[in-house]
Amino acid sequence: MRIKFEVNGTKVELDVEPRVSLADCLRDTLRLTGTHLGCEHGVCGACTVIVDGAAVRACLMLAVQAHGEHIVTVEGLSNDDALSPLQASFRKHHALQCGFCTPGMITTAHALLTEEPDADAERVREVLSGNICRCTGYIPIIKAVLEARAHYAGEDAPP
Amino acid sequence: MKFPAFEYARPTSLDAALGLLKVHGADAVLLAGGQSLMPLLAFRLAAPGLLVDLKDVPGLGAIGIDAEGVRLGAFVRWCEIDRNARLAAAHPLLVEAIGHVAHYQIRNRGTVGGSLAYADPAAEMPGIAVTCDGEIIVMGGAGERRVAAADFFLGALTTCLEPGEIITGLRLPAWPKDRRWAFLEFARRRGDFALAGTALYYDLDSEGRAVDAHIGVIGAADRPMRLAEAERAINGSAVDADSIAAAAEAASLEVDPMEDFHAPVAYRRALVQTLVARALTRAAG
Repeated sequence: MRIKFEVNGTKVELDVEPRVSLADCLRDTLRLTGTHLGCEHGVCGACTVIVDGAAVRACLMLAVQAHGEHIVTVEGLSNDDALSPLQASFRKHHALQCGFCTPGMITTAHALLTEEPDADAERVREVLSGNICRCTGYIPIIKAVLEARAHYAGEDAPP
Repeated sequence: MKFPAFEYARPTSLDAALGLLKVHGADAVLLAGGQSLMPLLAFRLAAPGLLVDLKDVPGLGAIGIDAEGVRLGAFVRWCEIDRNARLAAAHPLLVEAIGHVAHYQIRNRGTVGGSLAYADPAAEMPGIAVTCDGEIIVMGGAGERRVAAADFFLGALTTCLEPGEIITGLRLPAWPKDRRWAFLEFARRRGDFALAGTALYYDLDSEGRAVDAHIGVIGAADRPMRLAEAERAINGSAVDADSIAAAAEAASLEVDPMEDFHAPVAYRRALVQTLVARALTRAAG
């Protein structure tokens, strides 16, 4: 099927089989391999991307369902010049070990703080409960997200 | 696993969607939020020939609140129930229960109609529909029919939906302002399907006695169910330690839990007893 959508600000148009998940389309066709696939059935959260502002699991969405949507992947949340507030905070707090879950943590946290810059510790814990870290480094991840909140409250919040 | 091969259609009207179901019969499966269907496909537990995406079908996404009660369109997503400030006043039990559905990312996609159609015995939306005398609105080739939620769920993952029918919405009767209510569930990890849960409410007569008690449970049988014996133990009584203990004990005997690797039957009975007692205590407080 011919589909068009926007990913990280770039318009793309491609042919895709209906059965291809958005995650596989991003990784295999568009070579955006920052989106990681852990479980492929909606449990681990590693493949989280942002679809029209909402964090969703890219393994539970078909690429054909993305037709007409605006997608942001973890690649769209960084730039070559400087660390983003979330990246800097994750680095400061050692909020990753093996790094496999990190793209999903970053996209989820970005969507949350964009919508709720005043999210408290309990809310951050609740939201991140949908993302599994097998190194079990949850405490530093929560600290990192909480510290990054300040950057989302002001007018210079990341896009 | 990767999904099995299927065709995909995105009709732009309910008639077109019904037409596709008529042509393809049981080979076609409806797709709304996909948060139950996609895992089924990934596990190869379902292999439909055609997915009919309801995203572009107009009129399925509305939340209506009026004197008759609450109407949720089939395509209403969990996050939209969270964000609707009027719903919290119009039906607090619904909003509290839906707050327990799955995780953040799934709540951004999962829908009312999808959960009703999937009919997981531990899911919150079917539990609320059954507990609150909900009515499921179904459109088929012969027109619209309304099914009492109590008759809709036939067993685990089984409903009375006929081939060619589409759930268009759910109606919940109006909620009196002074109603006493509570929702509690227990899962080993946040966002998991509950091992068991209860949604309950009652009204108070002028003497302070409970009337019209509705005590529903999820995860305690092959479908969501109301507990007539537990309700009888509360109706006509003050909701105090004695009536709560009697209702909770009745509840534990009345449920019909399934044995699985998550918990044995005896554990689930005990859990129902504890949850009903705690929920009634909370409602009374």
